[in-house]
This record gives sequence, structure tokens and C-alpha cells, in this order.
Amino acid sequence: MSLIEPGGIDCDIHPAVPNLRALHPYLSDHWRDIVVQRGVHELESIAYPANSPLTSRPDWRLPDRKPGSDLDALRAHALTPFGTAIAICNCLYGVQLLFSEDMGAGFARAVNDWIAAEWLDKEPRLRASIVVPMQNAELAVEEIDRVAPDRRFVQILLLVMHDHPLGKRHYWPIYAAAERHGLPVGIHAGSAYRHPVTPLGWPTYYTEDYAAQAAAFQAALSSLVCEGVFTKFPGLKVVLLESGFTWLPAHLWRLTKFWRGLRMEVPWVDRAPTDIVRSNVRLTTQPCDAPPTPEMFQRLMDHMGSDEMLLFSTDYPHWQFDGDAVLPEGLSRDLVRRIMIDNPRDTYSRLTETAA
Amino acid sequence: MNVQVTSRPAVQPAATSKLAIADGDIHPQRNSYKDLFPYMEARWVEMAKTFGSRPRQAYQAGPAYPKGQPNASRRDAWPPGGRPGSSLPFMQKQLLDENNIQLGILNPTGDNGASFQNREFGIGVASAMNRWVEAEWLIEPRLKGSIVVPYEDADAAVAEIERWAGDPRFVQVLMVTRTANPPGQKQYWKIYEAAAAANLPIGVHAFGFGGYPVTGSGWPSFYIEDMVGHAQSSQSFLTSLVIEGVFERIPNFKLVLIESGFAWLPPLAWRLDKLWHRLKQETPHLKRAPSEYIRESVWLTTQPMEEPLPREHVLDAIDWIGWDRLIFATDYPHWDYDDPTQVLPMPLPEQQRRDFFFNNAMKLYRQGQAS
Repeated sequence: MSLIEPGGIDCDIHPAVPNLRALHPYLSDHWRDIVVQRGVHELESIAYPANSPLTSRPDWRLPDRKPGSDLDALRAHALTPFGTAIAICNCLYGVQLLFSEDMGAGFARAVNDWIAAEWLDKEPRLRASIVVPMQNAELAVEEIDRVAPDRRFVQILLLVMHDHPLGKRHYWPIYAAAERHGLPVGIHAGSAYRHPVTPLGWPTYYTEDYAAQAAAFQAALSSLVCEGVFTKFPGLKVVLLESGFTWLPAHLWRLTKFWRGLRMEVPWVDRAPTDIVRSNVRLTTQPCDAPPTPEMFQRLMDHMGSDEMLLFSTDYPHWQFDGDAVLPEGLSRDLVRRIMIDNPRDTYSRLTETAA
Repeated sequence: MNVQVTSRPAVQPAATSKLAIADGDIHPQRNSYKDLFPYMEARWVEMAKTFGSRPRQAYQAGPAYPKGQPNASRRDAWPPGGRPGSSLPFMQKQLLDENNIQLGILNPTGDNGASFQNREFGIGVASAMNRWVEAEWLIEPRLKGSIVVPYEDADAAVAEIERWAGDPRFVQVLMVTRTANPPGQKQYWKIYEAAAAANLPIGVHAFGFGGYPVTGSGWPSFYIEDMVGHAQSSQSFLTSLVIEGVFERIPNFKLVLIESGFAWLPPLAWRLDKLWHRLKQETPHLKRAPSEYIRESVWLTTQPMEEPLPREHVLDAIDWIGWDRLIFATDYPHWDYDDPTQVLPMPLPEQQRRDFFFNNAMKLYRQGQAS
């Protein structure tokens, strides 16, 4: 285990909406009426079944509440033990999964206002990502413009699987808004389940669903690069959240090789994909699908070719590691400092303006 | 590829040119449906003429992503008067003789009946493909066949495997990575059982039209994404087989992943191991860690060879997979062809080089003497 650096920045924690009732005060009259009249169910995605071991570390489960839904517990589990100075809340309540664009927008708004009031107002170490209705880019931009003036919101949150590959122009207004506000776009594991999570159909097991997230991130990265998102928005920072990262070098080898052979198809991709990703894309450290030995991990870090890409995360309350083994073995002190402090600060410009 | 890659060495390693080569992925291609007609029942000839193949994609001919080159082929691979890969004499000279290829595995992919919307028609075409390969290609003893099977109909696929299982010129059963359902699911198990019983590996070639988009987030815009996406499809294919317990349930099951690269495999195995430890209770049929099944029963062909900078990084990936598990392949006649004198330009122990280029395939396909 590598020693952690106090004062770190945890780039992926998950405060949970305890239940739909908790959002009632933040919904408009219309959507609150709809919830009651139509008997709207909880918007819990199948991505995290309540009792699945991955959904919460055993010692982070709460006796009578959903994991991640209690601020005191979050302080005691996620902030204090790791000496965390700042943690970024990525709320995974499934508002992006609704088919109605307007309903998605109404609920995203409620989630953001709930996060601000119930978490950010109460705990100064917390920051949050803006939840947006991915169903409609125009409505997503409206929500970004509404929330962004609150500087405690430091990122825009997307799911890695939705209606379309994330590089498509459908989503460009969101990237334009991100650049305009100086906000990175965080892409988190998860799906709206518009399509099966594998190219071969709906898998049998939850294990396969979670395994497929890594492939989905690979595809999303291909899409963002090939569609020219980073050419159009050169200042855009994209953070892959709960993506795993050990797949990255092999994916870039392949993408860059085919770019050499097929540049005529995507002439706007004017640099090698490897270079684009190294300058514009960051990844969080949990889950760490690490090789079996520290020597192999060291080789893998060489393949990454950059010490600026990884951002510290616990993925609280998801069960990715035990005890305080939050970092992979074999990291130098210098690299730990970069991962826990320097890289997050370089990525999220709003952290330095408020936490300096 | 038909481009100058940046790190191509100026001088070919002298040792390589003398090596015997085994090629794990060669594509024989017909000039038109007419080539198959002598091997098809009359009703399927009529079907082909009247309605065409009707694959699970939009266009009658050619994919919705235009390829990188005409017919996705090397510019110099067009025989006089025919399509690339359609002439045995031309292939013998350009590919086998020039590269000293002693063993070449034929994978008749493409419009081969395996996943037509009209399943009965597809069964007829798949069967005809095998008869065509036998009659027109396996007359060359250096070439061995993969049995095309209509894998969306397991009973018909099993019948096709049993038809050829006794013929030593067929050394593998052929599927593609884009199945209509996750390939580890029960509906496909009979195929794997029949292959294992016949002592044949299942070769799974990238591509195909299963019906679902190549990403979990819908259809991408570009051919480059589809091509790169074959690695993700292969990851899904292997994950399904591992997690459904195909390796546990079927002794002697061997899997060869063809044309989907290989460097993605170690990180996938690490991820699956970690998930299995965490979520074991969901898959009690698994008795061992996913990486153990993979290490024991999975082979991969090398084309398109990963080309990191520096090139030596790819040796780490091969170390992690195992030097006994990679099968060199050219993908002739396709445009992203790998040249055996170029794919591993760095110095290597002689035995590793021989295993990579020749021995692994000879052993897997149970051919003659290794070197």
C-alpha cells in the first residue's frame, strides 16, 4: 500500500438521495404533483442494486438508511480517515434514465438544489458536479447556466452510456457550456440502458454489466476523439469517473494505430489520440483494476506515459478496496502527491479559487 | 497498413526472413454469389438471386461504414480480373510463397450466412461456404479451413460441425464477435460442446452483424470507431464466456480471438478477477478466478498488431498474456495486413520468435513439427 498524502482531494464520492420524498421540497409544484398523482417510483438505477456487495463497503453500510445518505457517516467514513481536504459529490440518482426530456430536466434541477442545500451548505469540504438532463442538450445547458454561478459546483456530470456516443454533435452544446464556465465534464460509469451494455446484447449477470463499463469508457473516448470534440473545444477537460484506468494504454495504442491508417476519415483529429488524451482527459483511481504485482503496475504506469492523468478517488460508498488501501501499491511519494493534490487542482480550476 | 508508420525500421531483421511462418487469419473471398451456386441447393440459389443475403444491417452490399480501402483490401492484392482473396494461385504466390507461410488458416468471414435474418437461408449459405472452401481452397495443403457455422441456430451449427469434424483439413470452428445474444448464454453451449468433442478450437473473428450497436451508447459515426470497437466487442465476448462458466462447464473448450488485437486482455483479466472476488455469490458455477480460465484456454491472433511508442511496450503485454498464447496473423488480403518482417522489429530470443510466428499455431491446430 502506498502512504496517502494529507489534504488530498477525493474526486469521486456518492452522496445518495435517500428517497424520492427527500426531493419533494426541491421539485416544482408540477413535478411534485406528478410524483404523487402517478405514483412515481424511486429512480434507482439497476447499475447499483441495493444489496450488491459492490454497492457499499460492509463497514460503510448504515443500519437503517441507504449507504451514502448520511452526512455524519460520510464525514466519518470518507473524509476523516483519508485526511481529505475536499471531496467532489457525484450524485447517481437516476434522473438521466427517464425518457421524458422535461421530466429529466425537472428532476435534475431538484437534485442539484438538494445537493446544494443538504450537503454543500452543511459541509465546507464538499463540492459537487452538476447533474444535467442528458435527454436534451438544450435543457442540459439551461441547467448548467442556472447552477454554474454557484462556484461550489466544479464539474458537469454525464453517464458514459446514453442515447448516443458522447462525442456526437448532439452533446456539443454541453461541451460549449463547459468550456464557457471553465467546468470539466465528468463522465461517470452507468447507463440509461437505451441500448444493451454490450455490443452482443443484454448480459445475464450483474458482474458482466459492471465489467462492461470499462469497454463503454473505451468507446466513449474513441467517440470524443474521433468526432473532434477536443479540436472544437481545445480547453475542455474530461474526467472519467469510476472508469478503471488500467485499460487506457492498450486502448490508446489501438486507437492511435487506426488513426494513422484512417486519418482521411477524421481529418479534424490533428494530433495523435494518445497526445490528445494525455492533455485533455483525466481518470479517477478507483476502481483500480491493478495487475497482480507492483512491478507490473510500474510497467503499466510507464505505458500511461504521464503522471498528470490520475485523480484520487475513494468511490465512497462503493466497495472497491478495504481498510485504508485506497491507493495501488508501489506509487512513489511524489506520484501520490500528484494524484491526491496537484492533478485534481490542475483539473478543477474552481478548487484553487475557493480552497487556496 | 497502406501507410508509412512512423516507427517502421529501415532494415528488416535478417533472421525473420528465414523463419517458417504460420498465419492465423487469411480471408478467401468469392467474386460473387455465383461462385457459391454450384454448392447451394436450388431453392437457396433462387433466394440469393431474388432477395439477397439480408444481413442484420442496412445495406445489401457493403457496410454502413465505408472501409478504409476498396474491399478493405491491399491495393496490390487484386488478382487479374477478380476480387482480392478470390484467386488461389495469386494468393499462393503473393502470400504463401513470398512469406514462407507453411500453415495458413482460412477464415471465410463476410457474407457467409452465419447470421442472416432468414435463418434457414443462412444455414444453406454457411453450408455452401464450407463446400466451396473444401473444393477450391483446401487443395493447397498449406491452407487449413475454419468451419463456417450458422451460430444463431445451435442445432444447425452442430450439424455443420459434425459434417466436417472427421476431415483433418478443417482445424477450427468459426464464429464472429458480434453475436445476436451474449455468446456465453445457454443457447450457444451446444456449439462449444460439439467443437470440444471434435477437438476443434472455436475461432472468433472480429466483425459481424449481430443487430445491436457496437457501443453501449449507440451507433458511432465512423469506421475508425467500428474498427477500434472490435476490441470492446471481443472483451464482451470473452467476458460472457468466462462469467457464464463456459470454460468451467465444457472440458477441452479452446477459444481463439481473431483480429481484435490483444493488449486489452491483461487489464480485462485483472478487472474480471477483482469483480469475481467481490461478486462471487452471483456466479457460484465459477470455481476459479477468471484469469485462470483465460490463461489456460484462450489464444489470440496478433493482427492488427499494437504499435505503441516506444514499440517495446508491446512486449510487456505479450509477457503478461504468455508467449505461448499468441498466433501471428496477416489478415491477407485486407488493407491493415501485418507483414511478418515488420511486426516485431525489436531483438528477441530466437525461441520466442519461433513460438510467436510458428510454433504456437502448429501446436494449437495440431499440425506437424514445431521448430
